[in-house]
Amino acid sequence: MNEYASIHSKGVSKSVVELIAKIIFLICAIIAIFAVCSITVYMFMKGTPALKSVGVTDLFFKTEWKPTASEPSYGILYIILSSIIGTAAAVAIGVPIGLLTAVFLTEVSNKKLAAIVQPAVELLAAIPSVIYGLLGLMLLNPFLYKLEKLIFKGSATHQFTGGANLLAAVIVLAIMILPTVINISASSIRAVPDYLRSASLALGATKIQTIFKVTIPAAKSGIMTGVVLGIGRALGEAMAINMVAGGAVNFPLPFNSVRFLTTQIVSEMGYAGGVHRQVLFTVGLVLYIFIMIVNLILLKMKKKGEKDLA
Amino acid sequence: MHNTDTNIGTSLQKSKRHPGDVAWNTLIYICAAFSVALLATIILYVCAKGIRAVNWSFLTSVTSVLRGTVGIAGNIVNTLYIIVITMVIATPIGVGAAVYLNEYAKPGKLVTVIEFATETLAGIPSIIFGLFGSLFFGVTLNMGYSLLTGSFTLILMVLPLITRNTQEALKTVPDSYRNGAIGLGTGKWYMIRTILLPSAMPGIITGAILAIGRIVGESAALLFTAGSAKLLPKALDGYLKKPMQSGGTLTIQLYLSATSEGDFTTAFGIAVVLLVIVLIINLATKRLAAKFDVHRID
Repeated sequence: MNEYASIHSKGVSKSVVELIAKIIFLICAIIAIFAVCSITVYMFMKGTPALKSVGVTDLFFKTEWKPTASEPSYGILYIILSSIIGTAAAVAIGVPIGLLTAVFLTEVSNKKLAAIVQPAVELLAAIPSVIYGLLGLMLLNPFLYKLEKLIFKGSATHQFTGGANLLAAVIVLAIMILPTVINISASSIRAVPDYLRSASLALGATKIQTIFKVTIPAAKSGIMTGVVLGIGRALGEAMAINMVAGGAVNFPLPFNSVRFLTTQIVSEMGYAGGVHRQVLFTVGLVLYIFIMIVNLILLKMKKKGEKDLA
Repeated sequence: MHNTDTNIGTSLQKSKRHPGDVAWNTLIYICAAFSVALLATIILYVCAKGIRAVNWSFLTSVTSVLRGTVGIAGNIVNTLYIIVITMVIATPIGVGAAVYLNEYAKPGKLVTVIEFATETLAGIPSIIFGLFGSLFFGVTLNMGYSLLTGSFTLILMVLPLITRNTQEALKTVPDSYRNGAIGLGTGKWYMIRTILLPSAMPGIITGAILAIGRIVGESAALLFTAGSAKLLPKALDGYLKKPMQSGGTLTIQLYLSATSEGDFTTAFGIAVVLLVIVLIINLATKRLAAKFDVHRID
């Protein structure tokens, strides 16, 4: 850099430089809009042809998935159900654990213990999903297989999965949404003003009563945001659960091998062609619509949160 | 502490023990311990299974049956290519978008739409990015399975991360800096270039490091865009052509090793390498945050 340069740019007219800078920044900002629009257009463009070629009822209300049979069947009902039930179950397990961990970090723990738990949570959030999948494959599946053999001993109808089933995926998902739930809940609990806690304690409530009857209700909207974010995370996770959930389309029962919206794409997109490929894009479209609904709910909650603050 | 009379900060009902409280307290401790135990299990198990696989030749050679070598050098190079290409393009765009939103835009419809788009982009799962990337960059733009297709796809994915962290950093630059510069007669662009961006640099770097972390851990968005090739170029010009060729990153190779290839030694070896990278990235962002008071947004 020129150490004696004037603060005025030399030569070029200042207003032209300013205008160009502004336009370039604007273009940068608009790229996000452009990206979202193109993704939406592409998802619909590629996801809708199968509605015609297979038929809406055959697609959404049939349960048989036989894309490569001589008389192929493309029912994706079980796949959609697996995603919904798997996500719901993962949230049902992950949210209580996450919320109580957030309570620990913000209300219960001393500084020393929090200094161990907080970084651990941050690291859990940063671990790549394939590592979760690898560990699920090596630790969870064998354990669940033992359990499966115990439960379905002598059962003639049960198809043994070797532990690669819905339950394994739910556990992995619950673990993977933990950091999200913990971080968002903790920051909303921290935002609860201290006078609420003091008032409750002064009225004679115990610390635990204060936490569950005063602090958590006051932080409710923030915690709900964490839950919705967790739902989005669980719905969209692909690689980890693809490694642990088995490879067949089945009704989502705990010990059934299942396919989710995401894993269906991951495992078959590589070789699918023709109508099969079209249907996989429809599966992607269904996932995209689910995610958009989650996003809209998040936006609404955020707006409401801002209104509440104002 | 229970038997002293001066018990400040705890409840008035110190004489009555609440059995429910004890149960809840225990449960809270168990939940918190779960996260720590989980992390410890992951690290210990991965290290126990994979540390022996990681040695110099593992990091510097390519798996080859002919030569009898097992290595991930090709995947490391692919990962570096994708990180560099993605960041070189995504950082200026993300920072530029943040500058526009924070310094130029007046509150109104356009800003609402841009911010909504950024949030939406942040919420889209990586498998959707993968689908879109393979369709748009791979098919429509005819780039096929290549490191470039993968990088372009990831640009869209990390853009919100960079934009939001830069915005957060720009917000903490006091208005007096802006007014001072403008008052001295600088233009807005000069002020942004010489005052704002340097002041916001720690926050921008934090966002960039987080983005690199995201790229290193990404797999679903790359499977159908960057592909899975793992060879190293033989000659120097091969490195120039490499962006146009297919290449699997470390995560993709881990996935393939653990599933279709059934080579768990390599899978755990890669897992060790990935954990080390994640740890370094985590420490780096922490250092930055502590030193410059950065408020990071994941």
